[in-house]
Amino acid sequence: MDEIQALFHGFTVAAQPLNLVLMMVGILLGVLIGVLPGLGGANGVAILLPLTFSMSPTSAIIMLSCIYWGALFGGAITSVLFNIPGEPWSVATTFDGFPMAKQGKAGEALTAAFTSSFVGALVAVLMITFLAPLVAKFALKFGPPEYFSVALLTFCSFIGMAKGTPFKTVVAMMLGFALAGIGLDNVTGQLRMTFGTEQLLRGFDFLIAVIGLFGIGEILLTMEEGLNFKGESARMKMRVVIDTWKELPRYWATSIRSCLVGCWMGITPGGATPASFMGYGLAKRFAKDKDKDSFGRGNIEGVVAPETAAHAAGTSALLPMLTLGIPGSPTAAVLLGGLIIWGLQPGPLLFVEQKDFVWGLIASMYLGNIAGLLVVLTTVPFFAAILRIPFSIIAPIIIVICAVGAYTVHNAMFDVYLMLGFGVVGYVFKKLDYPLAPLVLALVLGDRAEENFRQSMLISQGNLSVFWSNPLVGSITGLSMILLFWPLISLILQKLKTK
Amino acid sequence: MPNIYKTVAYALTVGAAVIALTAPAAAQWKPTKPVEFVVPAGTGGGADQMARTIQGIVEKHKLMSESLVVVNKSGAAGAEGFLAVKGANRDPHKIIITLSNLFTTPLATNVPFNWKDLTPLAMLALDEFILWVNAETPYKTAQEYLAAVKAAPATSPMKMAGTGSKQEDQIITAQIEQALGVKFTYVPFRGGGDVAVQLVGKHVDSTVNNPIEAVAQWRAGSLRPLCVFDSKRLPYNDKIAGTMSWGDIPTCREQGLAIEYLMLRGLFMAPGVTQEQVAYYVGVMQKVRETQEWKDLMANGAFNQTFMTGDAYRKWVADAETMHRAVMDKAGFLAK
Repeated sequence: MDEIQALFHGFTVAAQPLNLVLMMVGILLGVLIGVLPGLGGANGVAILLPLTFSMSPTSAIIMLSCIYWGALFGGAITSVLFNIPGEPWSVATTFDGFPMAKQGKAGEALTAAFTSSFVGALVAVLMITFLAPLVAKFALKFGPPEYFSVALLTFCSFIGMAKGTPFKTVVAMMLGFALAGIGLDNVTGQLRMTFGTEQLLRGFDFLIAVIGLFGIGEILLTMEEGLNFKGESARMKMRVVIDTWKELPRYWATSIRSCLVGCWMGITPGGATPASFMGYGLAKRFAKDKDKDSFGRGNIEGVVAPETAAHAAGTSALLPMLTLGIPGSPTAAVLLGGLIIWGLQPGPLLFVEQKDFVWGLIASMYLGNIAGLLVVLTTVPFFAAILRIPFSIIAPIIIVICAVGAYTVHNAMFDVYLMLGFGVVGYVFKKLDYPLAPLVLALVLGDRAEENFRQSMLISQGNLSVFWSNPLVGSITGLSMILLFWPLISLILQKLKTK
Repeated sequence: MPNIYKTVAYALTVGAAVIALTAPAAAQWKPTKPVEFVVPAGTGGGADQMARTIQGIVEKHKLMSESLVVVNKSGAAGAEGFLAVKGANRDPHKIIITLSNLFTTPLATNVPFNWKDLTPLAMLALDEFILWVNAETPYKTAQEYLAAVKAAPATSPMKMAGTGSKQEDQIITAQIEQALGVKFTYVPFRGGGDVAVQLVGKHVDSTVNNPIEAVAQWRAGSLRPLCVFDSKRLPYNDKIAGTMSWGDIPTCREQGLAIEYLMLRGLFMAPGVTQEQVAYYVGVMQKVRETQEWKDLMANGAFNQTFMTGDAYRKWVADAETMHRAVMDKAGFLAK
């Protein structure tokens, strides 16, 4: 039980008064960063990184990682309240979180989101504590074909999620792929579909699309519906938290599934965003038939699933960073840069040479997440109360925040116009009953998936059998195929039974 | 008489005006608002780390009166960042750190910029490149590995992984191919860390990672350095991995592969800035170079610590551009 001993040593490092203060500061800053769309965890950490150079590496990483936890928590707040994902991984939270808020159940949705975030993180930290070396070895098995098969699995677990016809889902997804293709192609180093303009060089950032499609689109819809935003009945009591907690244990199966998906995606490193989509997709697929329709209309399980997965992935993303030096998420990439600047070498020897640092960080993951949960839960009633403000006052504020957020992503005014454009697209999509989620998913994962596919083709000299070439990649690809054709398979099975 | 008064008065006015004009120039120019430090690459990469270290050093030692703000503009292999600085004519409150994409991006994509559009400030350091293989492979020297590359059948060439497409890693690969008449399958990845891990996982056969990108895996005994693409061995003799130091890695030239490639870590400013403004930042960077934090970064990444300014720097950049154009032309990487 070396780990336990090391962990307790870590707690003595993390629990020094200065480190505790930095932890709280980090969480508060992180929540703030998470609430503002556009100003993501990666940006927040990057901005504050230079301030930490005069601190000890352990204190510095404790503060910065707490910003990261804070951002993971905070991303859910605007998703639930205004349908604006504060962070990419909270897009899936809007699907059911926002309908809940509309029904006056914002407090419940927020409590569920925060609590399941905490559960996801806790499971991931436990895994980091006890399985780090083992898991690190597993991550090494991932080459381009494996990455592609994971992306494929995400897409496939998503198909059939939308309520409309499959045709509409495919149209939305293809549009997403097309948008993801704009900008520099990493495999050939060529520009694609930029039409000679400088503005399109950057490609379409997924965050800007999301802010527009969800945030602005929603405001346009609400305006059409006569400016009434049914959040007035939001209660302002701490009772909400307790009541929701009583209800949550019922979703244990979804939680476990999402934890597994999250840890897996964090390590491999797929990242928190695909994890949240996959968690949501699986929760819906495994739901009982009578519950299936309630997804997307305010089912609390639709909040639990993506939040658990996202937080588990976000946390376990730090593991490959520490053990291998590969960042599992953009924020982890920035932290990795920090490690090097502080004079630490991330990699297999970090656990051996820098015990104080590593175990101090792991201990701070436990403490930081507990502190984070307490901080955000106490704010639930206040955030829920924001919805009591009349829409005519809150809407302009939301638009301003969205614009600021879109601008922050690249410091470019063009992105603000783009966001407004996406707002109109979002409105039209909703009016014509096209699903937005497949478009967003394709935009997030599309270029990565394409890159991994083409890398695989380079490695295999164009032979598709590379996706079945070993048990690992073969089983992931197989699973995706089953998920993809499941509606068809179940149809055939039913026919056979009736015959 | 009145005329004389007039002349004297005139002379006095002119004199005063001249003094008024020269006085601010004599006093050193200083930034009057926060300075934007553009990084034409993503967060976490080599250029970004260097920029953020400089930002931290400047802040900690109070080397500038205004703050330095790092901004990542990584779109289109850095073109976004270069175009932003190119467009900020005569703005002394923007500096940009470069990597080889200063040359490779415009050559490979035809995006309209060239280093001549910017004002050269200073070369901070040069980044080294090393040929790495997995430590479990039997290749102990570059000669052995390159012989295996030569012997590989045309249907399954050895796989070289690198960062980006038609950028520094692929250019070195092309140089090896051109020098030895061999063929690699080049597989582009997004960042140096990814590349190193792909090699550890044996998904590819070799890489040309920068020292800092692969050092952790070297120390853990999973990667083996074969040779360094520089004219002489690295001047760092502290033991890094077991009994090996950076200085123990032979040069590729020693191994019969006469290729040298160093990547510029240099600074540029917007077009049309004045000499005083350039001199101010050169002064700041000289102070940065004297700090312990900077020296630590250099040793960690086994950097080549050449520092250049003015004409020497301009000439180095011009030569490097000629070299890139020649290699990329031969490899067919130039945009049509």
